[in-house]
Amino acid sequence: MRKPIYLDYSATTPVDPRVAEVMCRYLTMEGDFGNPASRSHAFGWEAEKAVERARSEVAALIHADPKEIVWTSGATESDNLALKGAAHFYQSKGRHIITVKTEHKAILDTARQLEREGFEVTYLDPEPDGLLDLGKLEAALRTDTILVSVMHVNNEIGVIQDLAAIGRMLRPRGILFHSDAAQSAGKIPIDVGALGVDLLSLSAHKVYGPKGIGALYVRRKPRVRLEAQMHGGGHERGMRSGTLATHQIVGMGEAFRLAREEMEAEATRLKGLRTRLLEGLADIEEVYVNGDLERRIPGNLNISFNFVEGESLIMALKELAVSSGSACTSASLEPSYVLRALGRNDELAHSSIRFTMGRFTTEEDVEYTIRLLHDKIGRLRELSPLWEMYKDGVDLNSVQWAAH
Amino acid sequence: MAYGSKVLDHYENPRNVGSFDKADPTVGTGMVGAPACGDVMRLQIRVNDQGVIEEARFKTYGCGSAIASSSLLTEWVKGKTLEEAGQIKNTDIAEELALPPVKIHCSVLAEDAIKAAIADYRKKAGKDENVDAA
Repeated sequence: MRKPIYLDYSATTPVDPRVAEVMCRYLTMEGDFGNPASRSHAFGWEAEKAVERARSEVAALIHADPKEIVWTSGATESDNLALKGAAHFYQSKGRHIITVKTEHKAILDTARQLEREGFEVTYLDPEPDGLLDLGKLEAALRTDTILVSVMHVNNEIGVIQDLAAIGRMLRPRGILFHSDAAQSAGKIPIDVGALGVDLLSLSAHKVYGPKGIGALYVRRKPRVRLEAQMHGGGHERGMRSGTLATHQIVGMGEAFRLAREEMEAEATRLKGLRTRLLEGLADIEEVYVNGDLERRIPGNLNISFNFVEGESLIMALKELAVSSGSACTSASLEPSYVLRALGRNDELAHSSIRFTMGRFTTEEDVEYTIRLLHDKIGRLRELSPLWEMYKDGVDLNSVQWAAH
Repeated sequence: MAYGSKVLDHYENPRNVGSFDKADPTVGTGMVGAPACGDVMRLQIRVNDQGVIEEARFKTYGCGSAIASSSLLTEWVKGKTLEEAGQIKNTDIAEELALPPVKIHCSVLAEDAIKAAIADYRKKAGKDENVDAA
């Protein structure tokens, strides 16, 4: 069977062959397999050197100091360490935290846990375009607010939040600012100084690096303190114990180095592909872009095809690997909470498809996608009683549905 | 969602897609589900003087198993009396299509759809009789 065209780069990316090649040099007897914490022999020294080179590469992409990078197992762990670590350390200062309803579950579920521990969390609604109204954020700040967490780029709709403005609002008030940058690193420029963030979560596998490795940026000036969530050995200056996974770390370093070198050209190319995809679908009726189109990373297009249910569309698009906000593709049977938080009605949330393009997406892939969508949307709408009613001029909101 | 071959067959080649005139007195229409829930099924039956379903049509907005459940139903009800068709159980549909547990509600919707179509037809027929009596 021929593999489908991969258009799900926000879920994960393949490891770049150049990254895989470097990683292989840190595994076997012939390579630098040593424990970076071994101080008594060359195996350890070589591994440590490689880890520190990678740390510099990760720091360079976000304009940080290498000493501010803490290795973790991925962005989920980074989010947990940032939120729990900061909340636990600073709880004598206050117990109020602010985040947004469209955050990744790694933030929302961690916030729920902190609520169970007695912290108070405010979950802000984004505007219909997916962006945060800074006035609403400012209004939610309290004297006991210790931490605000706002993701840089949303994983479903790709919109970019104005972190710099949030940073300017929080720094003078002495409130810590965390951002999950799993979806923005390597796609748009990040300068932690200019953005005013204190904590920033990073992942390797969204940037053509391996799964199972990530990092947390922890600001040193002014110094941010965290209570460790993983104990034993005191690695990473006590913030995250555990033997460092040299080959994973080296892979993340190489992936971030490549991203830094190629980001600008790649962003232009991806924006061209996305523009073409959207233009190619312009003649299909009742198509809605979810989230702001301008303040969005180049490779993301999230659209709803009204009157067509997302899971059946994904079945029809079996030559494509895409994801849907439809309930039927999730275990919970609830449509996308992100699209609902934008105020999209459930029908449009059920009808949404996320296309995310990346390093190995070609123009041919996009042209093929456009042709396939024309064919399949038409076929599924012929099957849809809602489409027929819409064409007959029936207002679907006026119908009394027998909900089940 | 990994589906069985029968769901895929009905999804790829849906049977009896289309519409009858809702106003036709020999037609019964059942529409169940809601757009907000992600599935709407419309099943229509054409019934002859002997109370036998001669033809059925469907249109469904929903996932693959909702489409397959309604497609299968149109095949099953054809040639059945209203009585017989009213006895089709969602479990029969789920079993025939080997639906996974998370998709059982699609077969429930199909059972609701045929019951609603029969009720609609009977309501119309009943009304007609009353008109005659008057």
